[in-house]
Amino acid sequence: MDLYEYQAKQLFGKHDLPITAGDVCETVEAAVAVSESIGAPVVVKAQVKTGGRGKAGGVKLAKDPAETREVAQAILGMDIKGHTVHKVLVAHAADIAEEYYVSILLDRANRAFLAMASVEGGVEIEEVAAHNPDALAKIRIDALEGLTPAKAREIAEAAKFDEAIQGQVANILTTLWEIMVREDATLVEVNPLVLTPTGEVIALDGKVTIDDNAAFRQLEHAEFVDQGIDPIEARAKSFDLNYVKLDGDVGIVGNGAGLVMSTLDVVAYAGEEFGGIKPANFLDIGGGASAEVMANGLDIVLNDPDVQAVFVNIFGGITSCDAVANGILQAIEQLGDQVTKPIVCRIDGNNAIEGRKILTDANHHLIELVDTMDAAARRVAELAASRKGAK
Amino acid sequence: MAIWLNNDSKILVQGMTGSEGTKHTRRMVASGAQVVAGVTPGKAGQEVDGIPVFNNVADAMAATGANVSVVFVPPKFAKAAVEEAVDAKIPLCVVITEGIPVHDTAQFYQYAVNSGSTRIIGPNCPGIISPGKSNAGIIPADITKPGRIGLVSKSGTLTYQMMYELRDFGFSTCVGIGGDPIIGTTHIDALEAFQNDPETDAIVMIGEIGGDAEERAAAYIKAHVTKPVVGYVAGFTAPEGKTMGHAGAIVSGSAGTAAAKQEALEAAGVKVGKTPSAAADLMRKIMQ
Repeated sequence: MDLYEYQAKQLFGKHDLPITAGDVCETVEAAVAVSESIGAPVVVKAQVKTGGRGKAGGVKLAKDPAETREVAQAILGMDIKGHTVHKVLVAHAADIAEEYYVSILLDRANRAFLAMASVEGGVEIEEVAAHNPDALAKIRIDALEGLTPAKAREIAEAAKFDEAIQGQVANILTTLWEIMVREDATLVEVNPLVLTPTGEVIALDGKVTIDDNAAFRQLEHAEFVDQGIDPIEARAKSFDLNYVKLDGDVGIVGNGAGLVMSTLDVVAYAGEEFGGIKPANFLDIGGGASAEVMANGLDIVLNDPDVQAVFVNIFGGITSCDAVANGILQAIEQLGDQVTKPIVCRIDGNNAIEGRKILTDANHHLIELVDTMDAAARRVAELAASRKGAK
Repeated sequence: MAIWLNNDSKILVQGMTGSEGTKHTRRMVASGAQVVAGVTPGKAGQEVDGIPVFNNVADAMAATGANVSVVFVPPKFAKAAVEEAVDAKIPLCVVITEGIPVHDTAQFYQYAVNSGSTRIIGPNCPGIISPGKSNAGIIPADITKPGRIGLVSKSGTLTYQMMYELRDFGFSTCVGIGGDPIIGTTHIDALEAFQNDPETDAIVMIGEIGGDAEERAAAYIKAHVTKPVVGYVAGFTAPEGKTMGHAGAIVSGSAGTAAAKQEALEAAGVKVGKTPSAAADLMRKIMQ
């Protein structure tokens, strides 16, 4: 899960990483109050989980509370790359002498961690990496050894920080590593890290990604979860289903993440022939899904108003196809009159013949069995297109 | 031959007395695999279907000669379980558990590398099967038969799907390497092993969005693999920034897209199918 800047800074504060004073606000009045309490000038920053806020006009300076009001009014509610701004961070505007970059991230390719630092901060680090790679120091962090003070010093030197502040930068790096480990983060990034005219080094921005798999031991992270998520996603979550809402017309239910991803692709390819029909969601009911889980999955997808037709794509590995077929029928029975959309099923693998027989015998007017994944994708795209056209 | 798992493989199951452990132990035994021991701390002396349970991996190996471990231990305890297996110097440790924090995986992976004696497959994987020889994990054994195709995949159900599509040819070994950001065995490790395996004639490689493992595998294939390779990549329609089921399956900005992976594979001479069935058709033409 990616955190908002203000949440990242909460973690920074918790681990004593130097940050500027400030608070997150949901209203203009609150923003003005924070501006009054910490003292102008302040910077008002849109809290959205996407890059390029500054360019989009989502970060503005305010020299006094009156200007804070003006700026907060403009930023709250604005749209940045499809993200509506519901919160702003109002923070003290630090005087800046220099802008730097530091980060630690999970390095998938090397199966370890990577610390990066540069004295050329405040710009997109990808650009520094592309145009001036020598200005970006990259040092591997062994998962067992961790980022020792000596290694932190080595990074600060490699990135050519001024000797006078190498100690401060090294301390910041060891604190960032502490945050990585203690908070189960996969990314901590500070861009820019700034030097003030009085010689302090402060994190002016922050980006943190935390590992969802560690939720069982990071109970405090529960408060970081977005409350304003899509209602269908929230409901799927309550069923413990792996669901992602997409922008399309065909509801997808499948088992196994890879097979479901593949199903989305196959439906989108087939949909090209029918005026751009696309999958409406990702929903993985898991490798060992029971009838009940199938029923929950169908419930979620059939109740999505965007869905015109449903594709149930199951390869029974551990799951037995007769259980899957019974789950489909159980869902239809439970949902009763709510079921008005065609359901195309492709069922293969463990006990497929029995599973298909159960569906054929049920002889339900909305259920259609198709032999292969590709043919089923074509059929469901066709059904979705004709229902959409009929509207 | 096959790779990593064969007739001589003697399997111990860490977490055998748990419900998943017991269920899949029975399935492995039914498929003909030699499951010789279980490990659950504090349960030494018990049995599951006549298979003895030990307190730790070292005891189980000493008593039974086990040389493969399959881990069904819950995420919270998985790191300790794998490190115990590494300490006992088990040659192969297959970690089925889903949901292990990536810091734990990074640590036990490094621990295994430092030991120099244990290969880890997974975590969050379906395991490995050499049809007709042995089966370590949860891959259904009855989909296909022994044959001469090698299969390596990040995804469990796509592994099953591909085994099913090519069931008339059969497989030497099928390896599910798992969908987590850090995994013990990569596409490249499997490609190298299949290239060196006299019982494998051709290779199917299944990838998905996230990271750059497929791109690196493509470079490896170009430099080192002379056997024909067919590829399939899932997730062309995945939106940016959303995790698609597997913890590692995420497109970040322009990195980790299916299109980039397909392009890299094709540039390395790999025939890439647009759908699993299309990939299977490409392999069928090679094997006929």
